[in-house]
Amino acid sequence: MADIKEIIAARVAKELKDGDVVNLGIGLPTMVANFLPEGVSIVLQSENGIMGMGPAPESGKEDVDIVNAGAQYVSVNPGAMFFDSATSFGIIRGGHVDATILGALEVDQHGNLANWIVPGKMVPGMGGAMDLVVGAKKVIIAMQHTQKGKHKILKECKLPYTAVGVVDMIITEMGVMEVTKDGIVLTELHPDFTVEQVQEATEAELIISPNLKPMK
Amino acid sequence: MINKIKTVKEAIADIHDGASIMVGGFMACGTPEILIDALVEKNVRNLTIICNDAGVPGRGVGKLLSNGQIKTLIASHVGLNPEVAQRMNTNVVEDKLECILIPQGTLAERIRAGGAGLGGFLTPTGVGTIIAEGKQVVNIDGRDYLLEKPLRADFAFLRGSVTDKFGNTTYNGTTRSFNPMMATAADYVIVGACEVVEIGKIDPNNVVTSGIFVDAIVGGEKQWQI
Repeated sequence: MADIKEIIAARVAKELKDGDVVNLGIGLPTMVANFLPEGVSIVLQSENGIMGMGPAPESGKEDVDIVNAGAQYVSVNPGAMFFDSATSFGIIRGGHVDATILGALEVDQHGNLANWIVPGKMVPGMGGAMDLVVGAKKVIIAMQHTQKGKHKILKECKLPYTAVGVVDMIITEMGVMEVTKDGIVLTELHPDFTVEQVQEATEAELIISPNLKPMK
Repeated sequence: MINKIKTVKEAIADIHDGASIMVGGFMACGTPEILIDALVEKNVRNLTIICNDAGVPGRGVGKLLSNGQIKTLIASHVGLNPEVAQRMNTNVVEDKLECILIPQGTLAERIRAGGAGLGGFLTPTGVGTIIAEGKQVVNIDGRDYLLEKPLRADFAFLRGSVTDKFGNTTYNGTTRSFNPMMATAADYVIVGACEVVEIGKIDPNNVVTSGIFVDAIVGGEKQWQI
């Protein structure tokens, strides 16, 4: 099997349409920009104040005043704009971001998301995540299906919510799932796995799409 | 005309134990390090710091944290500075940090409201989460929103890329972030400027923060590496 993160990132990239305004979370989601299908050009928003963010600059060509939300040096594309944080989150809450892609600690069958705190253990803070998942038109969770075998796709989140009822889609190395009012529908299955294996790795009861396709 | 150009010691002279200070920047990109360094030297304690994050160890707000000067930190993300968790969990009373986490968009807008004369605003962010605890929920046309109140501070530390002697300021790249809102939401506003120029040298089209908001200007701020 190819690198799990690359499999996930490559599949997520196919959800994006030419011209979409997209905010990518730190880590795996950032890799999505490397797998855009030919002819698809997106505008990356970075919540610390960039519309039109570009890739990491070549070594030695960094501008120390231009970083992404993970404090890494980035470039900006022709046509880019810088703005302040109030404007940035006006863009986000105002529904002007077409898709946000981020990881999760837990996600449940109601589309609830938990990804900012493990009480008593880890308190990194929510940063911009609470605003992004409430404001973006489409919320895609890109993550490994389990945490070393421990379920992450649950009937009900146990950790404190980032937001309720916001997740549209979950993409993992095992498959593609859509969150509907009836529950989580498995729409694509990675050829390395069976439906039974995906269900075993998922606490929530999966609805298997009658049009189940192989995940590519 | 009032002379706003000060030495760093003059600029922070009135900052006292227990003061509240807004600090501009995002992961220390856009934080005025010369003002932070002077505050570490002055060693005032029990500060309430309002900043997007906790910087990183050795940069920005992280320096105040390491020096034990912060009593309360109001921020949206503290995960890149492990010292925050250590100080939140410590049993040593004088080192104990209170950390209040606020969604980033809510933090930015609360500061904007504080400077814009608003009594608060309604946001869908945080509805149904622990952030909503104790807050009024208002339903507008069928959707729930949280009532969030304005935020102000005694002092604000801004980082200007170019500042004229009136205080008009520009911000390069992503150094802008929280600086323009904080300029409006504190009683005494200090700019640490990379370049100080004569009045009239900045094209009015490019001014982001008006000099009317600025009380003190300190030159000599540098462009810092991450």
